Amino acid sequence: MAPRQGSLKLVNTERIKSRGAFAVVEARVMIFMKYLPALLSVAVANPFLYLLAVGVGVGKLINAHSGGVDGVKYLTFLAPALLATAAIQNALDEVVFPTLEGFKWNKNFFAMNATPISAKQIANGVLIAAMTRVLFSVTVYGTIIFLFGGFTTARGWLAIPTALAAAAAFGAFIMGIAAWTTNDDQFFMVLNRFIIMPLFLFSGTFYQLSSMPIYLRWVGWLSPLWHCTELGRYLTYGHHISAYMFAFHIVYIIAMFTFGMNFAHRQFTKRLSR
Amino acid sequence: MANSEVLIQAKQLVKRYGDFTAVNGIDFQVRKGESFGFLGPNGAGKSTTMRIIAATLTRTSGEITILGKDPEKFGPEIKAHLGVVPQMDNLDNALTVEENLYIYGRYFGLSKSFIRPKIEELLDFAQLVEKRGVKVEALSGGMKRRLTIARALVSEPEILMLDEPTTGLDPQARHILWDRLFRLKEQGVTLLITTHYMDEAEQLCDRLMVMDKGSIMAEDSPAGLIKTHSTKEVLEVRFGSDRNAVVAPELRELCDRIEVLPDRILMYADDGEELLHQLNQKGLHPLTSLVRRSSLEDVFLRLTGRTLID
Repeated sequence: MAPRQGSLKLVNTERIKSRGAFAVVEARVMIFMKYLPALLSVAVANPFLYLLAVGVGVGKLINAHSGGVDGVKYLTFLAPALLATAAIQNALDEVVFPTLEGFKWNKNFFAMNATPISAKQIANGVLIAAMTRVLFSVTVYGTIIFLFGGFTTARGWLAIPTALAAAAAFGAFIMGIAAWTTNDDQFFMVLNRFIIMPLFLFSGTFYQLSSMPIYLRWVGWLSPLWHCTELGRYLTYGHHISAYMFAFHIVYIIAMFTFGMNFAHRQFTKRLSR
Repeated sequence: MANSEVLIQAKQLVKRYGDFTAVNGIDFQVRKGESFGFLGPNGAGKSTTMRIIAATLTRTSGEITILGKDPEKFGPEIKAHLGVVPQMDNLDNALTVEENLYIYGRYFGLSKSFIRPKIEELLDFAQLVEKRGVKVEALSGGMKRRLTIARALVSEPEILMLDEPTTGLDPQARHILWDRLFRLKEQGVTLLITTHYMDEAEQLCDRLMVMDKGSIMAEDSPAGLIKTHSTKEVLEVRFGSDRNAVVAPELRELCDRIEVLPDRILMYADDGEELLHQLNQKGLHPLTSLVRRSSLEDVFLRLTGRTLID
């Protein structure tokens, strides 16, 4: 028997207009589940090895030498930055690959766009799914930091929301760039060498931005990683920031997220209607 | 069918990309239950027209309504009632056959309780029951195509749109696919097909719009087009690549219309055997000869002076 057709009342367009992005999230989660074992081991092994080497190894040296950084143990100082870095890295994996795949390799965004789901909803869905994985990874990472004794008080867990904020702001922006690019080989090269690496090294991750020469500090000022790390340090152990800077960090992150989402929405819409 | 509800109505539809005009002021109507085809070579404007109907491409000017609505104002509302089979399969390669059907249903906001039995029905229709748990990347071209069609049917669409449904498939896979599409047609599903294969157009379409360079060259049923624009039969003769052009003037005297192609000459007549007899009597003996019925290829050749597949 051939399938029926023309059931005009079957599809509830209003419902899709309000919740369409979650169908995209569902598709992404179905794919996550396919590589769950790999996802789990990366989420556990990465922070474990990292903390062992840098947090504990280098930390021991620093703690012995100068009694910690910024008035706290090196691991406590490092924790918000490590969490934000891991969050950003996870978010990038989950926005860059699906976006290039959806537009170029597999073209499944075009299949989604043939349904009542809009281009904006596809972008929203990809970011929400990415943030779901980020939340998972960062929680695992936070737990491992806790077990290593990196959180001296319960406030240490507040580094998780600041890490999520960094991932959302940067993820949205990079998703827009991934949708905009048509040359994916160069895109990866530029992203990894000229954006991710300097960001990681020069955003006050391992030491305070103020200990860097002035001509390199701008990398941190631009970087969501630095803004979120500063907020994280303030929240977790009371790192000193002025009220003015506190507000500025928050405004900067919100502005970057808003700009990133708008940019991504425009690129997705443009690419799907070309 | 002539009196049934109009589902798609286009008036003076134009699409330009810079200086290039992909669709040049076309008018057409598609009625409920009809199997409507756009026939033309690559670059004729067929896919562009399909994408405007599918609400994924904006028009430059003109008017179009699908189910009475303007696609630029009611994109999601229109898409809710279309089943789209694009020229290139865009299945989710990371998912299985079954999962592809499931998630596509979710994109239409359908409930799990609706989709589950629907998957069984569609797997059966697409002859993919045994492949349900297989990842899409492991399927053959024909299977992927059938899955893409099944996927487009998950929301029970009002109109099923197929862009070049059998391009790139081997003959056996094409016949299986035609059989499936023919079943849909028999059920009264409204089909919108683009193709550059005349046999496909003849088999599947009730009504055809012949397109070339963005314009409509003719519009009728396949039989009607042949009747209006060609003779009943065609005599195909070959004199050898060098001789074809030399004998052409002599052949022209024997019938109203001939077409000289690089490898053969087509002679149009209502009685092909009789024409061949006249040819022989004149002392012209082709290396090979073949009498066949006129096809849409002949119609296209007449209308545009070119063959469908270059």
